[in-house]
Amino acid sequence: MSFLEICRQLLPGMGITLQIFFITLLFSIPLGLAIAIGRMSRFKIVSWIFRLYIDIMRGTPLMLQLLVVYFGPYYMFGINISSSYRGIAVMIAFSINYAAYFAEIYRAGINSIDKGQWEAAYILGYNKVQTFAKIILPQMKKRIIPPMTNEMVTLVKDTSLAFSIAYAEMFTEAKRIASAQTSMMPFVAAALFYFSFNAIISLLSNKVEKKLSYYD
Amino acid sequence: MAVLEMKHLKKDFDNTPVLKDINLTVNEGEVVSIIGPSGSGKTTLLRCATLLEKMDDGSLQYLDDTIAKSVNGKSVYENKKALRKATSYYGLVFQNFNLFPHYSVLKNITEAPILTQKRDKNEVNEQAMSLLSKMGLEDKADAFPGQLSGGQKQRVSIARALCMNPKILFFDEPTSALDPELTLEILAVIKKLAATNMTMVIVTHEMLFAKEVSDRMIFMDQGVVVEETTPENMFHSDNKRTQEFLGKYTDLL
Repeated sequence: MSFLEICRQLLPGMGITLQIFFITLLFSIPLGLAIAIGRMSRFKIVSWIFRLYIDIMRGTPLMLQLLVVYFGPYYMFGINISSSYRGIAVMIAFSINYAAYFAEIYRAGINSIDKGQWEAAYILGYNKVQTFAKIILPQMKKRIIPPMTNEMVTLVKDTSLAFSIAYAEMFTEAKRIASAQTSMMPFVAAALFYFSFNAIISLLSNKVEKKLSYYD
Repeated sequence: MAVLEMKHLKKDFDNTPVLKDINLTVNEGEVVSIIGPSGSGKTTLLRCATLLEKMDDGSLQYLDDTIAKSVNGKSVYENKKALRKATSYYGLVFQNFNLFPHYSVLKNITEAPILTQKRDKNEVNEQAMSLLSKMGLEDKADAFPGQLSGGQKQRVSIARALCMNPKILFFDEPTSALDPELTLEILAVIKKLAATNMTMVIVTHEMLFAKEVSDRMIFMDQGVVVEETTPENMFHSDNKRTQEFLGKYTDLL
């Protein structure tokens, strides 16, 4: 099988990989913000609950979380799981896991903004939501680009964990072709794909960071 | 008429008393400066007046609006809405400016009046430009704070406070982050404001400036008002602690 043919066969899997990546970001980026705000709550119990959530998500393997989300409904409640649930389980597990990491990045970003910004806004009559949306968030956005890029690059590579529940993303396919053909080439194609995709993310992140630094 | 009235103000930080039974009344058009050594409670007093800090005990009133009253030895504040309204009575100029770095100079000044006071955009823009030209900064409207000198930043932050049309303006050591030349620049602006009958409370370490610009001076030490009098009397005080603090200045005069 030619290299091009391998790439052609991996193409649908790449689509699925990209889908996992974008849908995970779509859900985990706002979810992370909600978790960060919960984690920073003045109410000790609320803050403690979100902290526990973050610790669990960071402290256990993503693969284990994926298996729990996928098999949990059947093992725990006897609900029959259809194969169409595989994709959903992957998105859920990835989103709730990455949201925990994003939450900590947001929290660090919010805390890095000088308290004087909140105070100046208060004196000028901004309410809390206005202060956050207009004053804090735009400044924090710029500072969290590098750590967020780190997480996104990791996410691209983590999509390969979906193979553990036999979800047909690109890496699952590459493994299948590799063993069928006893060839390294599918792995090379997979590596090239991950590398190029991450190179694009890194490039875009640099661009965005530059654009957000307009006021320095 | 009193613009600001604070009575029997008490404030502790972790059981250490910072303000012990302070009274402060500021009348319309008056310029009051507060002097005293570091740690005397001057800044905490301003922060209590501007609601950045809550008093433990004491009452606070702006014009006819009671913001907090003392009940059984504890300050009881009005509801959130009343506190929000209270912020429209005063402006505060910070020691380190606290401009919004991601906004242009003009937007720093205009966003709050448009957003929080719901005023007309054109009218606010006009007022902001006129304030900037009074500050000699009309050509900086589109600059970002990061491109300005400390003195320019502080003038922008004064313009930002003034554009809210406050009834009273607080200054918290407005020149402490500036070199002597830029300090003079800001003091000149404050003097001009005093000439327009702006009601002001100024916490400062610039004794000679305070003497010149104030109608009344307050000397604080260790959380109490040691002396409150005219600048003339302050610099010829019989009080031992005042003499000690101002000693070197009285020699200079």
